[in-house]
Amino acid sequence: MSLTVILDYGSGNLRSAQKAFERAARERGLAMEIRVTANPDDLRQAERIVLPGVGAFRDCRAGLEAVAGLRETLEAEVITKAKPFLGICVGMQLMADLGREHEVTQGLGWIKGEVRAITPCDPNLKIPHMGWNTLETQTPHALFKDIPLGPKGLHAYFVHSYAMYCARDMDCLATTDHGGPITAAIGRDNMAGTQFHPEKSQTLGLAFLGNFLEWRP
Amino acid sequence: MLKARLIPCLDVKDGRVVKGVNFVNLRDAGDPVQIAAAYDAAGADELCFLDITASHENRGILLDAVRATAEQCFMPLTVGGGVRTLDDIRRLLLAGADKVSINTAAVTNPDFVTEASRKFGAQCIVVAIDAKRVDDKAWEIFTHGGRKQTGLDAIAFAQEMVKRGAGELLVTSMDRDGTGAGFDVKLMRAIADAVTVPVIASGGVGTLDHLVAGVKEGHASAVLAASIFHFGTHTIAEAKAYMAAANIPVRL
Repeated sequence: MSLTVILDYGSGNLRSAQKAFERAARERGLAMEIRVTANPDDLRQAERIVLPGVGAFRDCRAGLEAVAGLRETLEAEVITKAKPFLGICVGMQLMADLGREHEVTQGLGWIKGEVRAITPCDPNLKIPHMGWNTLETQTPHALFKDIPLGPKGLHAYFVHSYAMYCARDMDCLATTDHGGPITAAIGRDNMAGTQFHPEKSQTLGLAFLGNFLEWRP
Repeated sequence: MLKARLIPCLDVKDGRVVKGVNFVNLRDAGDPVQIAAAYDAAGADELCFLDITASHENRGILLDAVRATAEQCFMPLTVGGGVRTLDDIRRLLLAGADKVSINTAAVTNPDFVTEASRKFGAQCIVVAIDAKRVDDKAWEIFTHGGRKQTGLDAIAFAQEMVKRGAGELLVTSMDRDGTGAGFDVKLMRAIADAVTVPVIASGGVGTLDHLVAGVKEGHASAVLAASIFHFGTHTIAEAKAYMAAANIPVRL
């Protein structure tokens, strides 16, 4: 049975992510094991890798370094072996060159860009950007296959105060709007990331996760 | 565009939902999992569990309920009631809660909010503020389910909680809670306009117009209600359609 791993490096509620992936697999009729793990050996075995993350950029980065060999193995499997990869929320932000939350922290440097505070043009808009919002396609991608986007499309669940600013437009797959465009999904080659939480995004989320599990980049 | 959120709130005691929920075809109206799934299907934007378990020994049952709910429910879940330590928060998050709501402990030990936010991130720390009206422009904080007066000004307290790292405020009017007379929209607006984070308005919803007023007049980002949904007065869909007709952006 093919294996998808969700990296457990002390960040976030991995149980709901695991359950959402399991349901998405079931709905697509895919026989797939979803394993929450911090073991580098599991990454080597895996067909697909998911990096979740909640909390502060620096803490998540530190958590990734805290497990011996985890970051090195992750880079080998995603960059060298080109396994399908999905970062979620801060897990997506970690793909950037650097994060400017509180202090400057180096990211994984997989997607050119940086993570900065959201500054809505309307000062009355609330931060965190919290709740359900629609998406606009920027670069069409297989992960959004058959998911209606745009103002009349499905909604995704967001909760964040910092956002990814891509250096290359083509790496930005979708944006959302909160007093200006905010990066909602990024990707290149075999890697992708979402600022929104697909595991909490009901219909859109399950469809997106199903697409990821079937994705052949 | 970000949508206004509609959040049903369930009182959970010893792992059971204690107020009746009038969903058709629900075999067990006390089962949090079935109720959560029904609200999920009905289009609720988030769900809130308020744990009213009296004894501390039975708190483990809450964790089981949260766990079972999170397995079937793919929308955000906030759990509140008796959250006092970082360990309480960790256990709830591991069980499947997405946010925790801190009430009494935020007043008695404000440093706890700072620590919790630093440890788990502002995105999962909701501070629940119970306030009673003093006069037309001032409200006072109460704790222990509204029984204990603190002398704290609600607006100043709200601002301090945000400074300490609360990512969201759940504001309940003690004067209106359970009356069905509508939100205290002046209180909601006073706090919402004084802070940068989203405010969830709570306490007093009796009609769909009250939900509209919470957003339009109270400037709340989300509205929370219990009775009107539990007793089948209105469905989530009716409430959302009503809000949409009043030009409030909602997720339909």
